[in-house]
Amino acid sequence: MPSTAEPFIRARNLTKRFANFTAVDSVSFDVQPGEAFGFLGPNGAGKTSTMRMIGCASPVTEGELHVIGMNPRTEASRIKARLGVVPQQDNLDAEITVRENLLMYARYFDIPGPIARRRADELLEFVQLSERANAEVESLSGGMKRRLTIARALINEPEVILLDEPTTGLDPQARHVIWERLYRLKRRGATLLLTTHYMDEAEQLCDRLVVMDKAKIVAEGSPRQLIEQYSTREVLELRFSDEVRAQLDGRLSGLADRIEMLPDRTLLYTGDGERTLEQVHTRNIPLESALVRRSTLEDVFLRLTGRTLVE
Amino acid sequence: MIGAIRMVQRNALVYRRAWRGSVFFSFLQPTLFLIAMGVGVGRLVNRGDASLPAGVDFLDFLAPGLLAAACMQTASFESSWPISGKMTWQRTYEAITATPMRIRDLVFGELAWMAVRLSTVAIAFTAIITLFGVPRSPLVILAVPAAVLTGLAFSAPIIAYAATRKRDHFNGLFRFIITPLFLFSGVFFPIARLPEPLQTVAWFTPLFHGVELVRGLTLNTLESPAWLIHAAYLVSLTVIGIGASLWAFRRRLHA
Ligand SMILES: Nc1ncnc2c1ncn2[C@@H]1O[C@H](COP(=O)(O)OP(=O)(O)OP(=O)(O)O)[C@@H](O)[C@H]1O
Ligand SMILES: [Mg+2]
Repeated sequence: MPSTAEPFIRARNLTKRFANFTAVDSVSFDVQPGEAFGFLGPNGAGKTSTMRMIGCASPVTEGELHVIGMNPRTEASRIKARLGVVPQQDNLDAEITVRENLLMYARYFDIPGPIARRRADELLEFVQLSERANAEVESLSGGMKRRLTIARALINEPEVILLDEPTTGLDPQARHVIWERLYRLKRRGATLLLTTHYMDEAEQLCDRLVVMDKAKIVAEGSPRQLIEQYSTREVLELRFSDEVRAQLDGRLSGLADRIEMLPDRTLLYTGDGERTLEQVHTRNIPLESALVRRSTLEDVFLRLTGRTLVE
Repeated sequence: MIGAIRMVQRNALVYRRAWRGSVFFSFLQPTLFLIAMGVGVGRLVNRGDASLPAGVDFLDFLAPGLLAAACMQTASFESSWPISGKMTWQRTYEAITATPMRIRDLVFGELAWMAVRLSTVAIAFTAIITLFGVPRSPLVILAVPAAVLTGLAFSAPIIAYAATRKRDHFNGLFRFIITPLFLFSGVFFPIARLPEPLQTVAWFTPLFHGVELVRGLTLNTLESPAWLIHAAYLVSLTVIGIGASLWAFRRRLHA
């Protein structure tokens, strides 16, 4: 990433309070042009609140925020003209058709009719909804609605695209279609900001991300850096019967860098999972199942917060 | 102002498909009232001692009242459920405020659209009462903006109310405010026929002023300080409603 460039988005001690409740607590980050930047965190971490401040939909309580070099407090309309927003909950206009949603949105941006019509058709093509151009929004599936929302966010050819949980609630196939489209946007040089509580989404799409928990940023880096820094290369996942589990105390000690006891499984963090598994076998501990896998952001999150990401 | 026009365009786009449903409510219903009550009941009333102002027939008395009331009803209906729907479950306003459109564009756009809708109702109904030979002077042309203003005096505060609701709470509004106003604000009989304390109450209701203004312009019975008071009352209510709507929209959409 070009670290010399002026950051597209710059937050310093950014804070959001609702009455007495602090939803975002003094977070700082920079997003560079062309970067795909993620906010990974569990429910209530403050991801949406942060995105809404960046999108000028919610006033900053404290701290500094610059979006494309402008201040949301004083230049909201000019910032919004250059942003594309995909909110957590779809808010398509249910009273007009698919294509009209794009055309009407173009009007809000003051895009002249002929350009709007051309872009609407291109975008419908891009999100594979051309056949449904004249359909009612209500007749679309969840994944199609999400794609239409993404197309709508692109109508003004935004420099920055804010995506709040772009694939939550979709089936795996619909998620892959969306990921593939977001990849293309990335390749074209768009700056993407996205929130997610799916670690695979964050790993696939984000150049860099922050892990948020309870209104704070607890770690920052590329997915690979975070895994290297906060986890081991591999993880051995073990399942025991309840009796074995109850009498386990100490029998695993020394086998791994770190051991996490989750309600349903036990995680051993280690450089070489297979070797650790052999050692478990030599200690004669009866297993129900064993699995060796690479570390993921899920493990990073567990390490940082002591909790799993998706409850 | 261009932003407000965008909002009008959006509503017009929706209305192009949904207009049929509103024709009955805004237009046929008052016409049916006019025929049933004005012609039917009017025949009985005119035989008795109605002593209506300026000695007019009951039909002539009723028609401008219905014009004002039709605007009240259309405005109230269009400013309640549709606004709260766009604010809450449809999230239309949320989507629009992610663009350069500002909150005042939404509020003024909704009101401008309301003025358009009310104008169609007022013009059509004025044409009908003209067919019935009701107007006494060309001033009836001014009854159209007066009726629209009556509608806006309801619309603006109701938009503010609708924007603060979590779920639709409008049955109370219609049951306890709009319907009593329709019956007791001088549409069907002069408020002078009400018992003394209720006369005062009726005087303070917005529909009374709307009815008086529209009737005065239709029957050419306006007197000079009175019409100013009626108009000032309606304008004030509209302005207060706009202020309240801006506040309510901002609180809801920019939190
Ligand atoms: N308008 C509001 N008024 C009061 N509290 C709010 C408001 N919006 C959000 N919160 C609170 O702020 C906290 C952070 O919410 P936010 O929506 O930013 O979390 P999130 O990380 O997006 O969570 P999720 O994954 O569930 O979408 C939550 O506890 C939420 O209840
Ligand atoms: Mg959220």
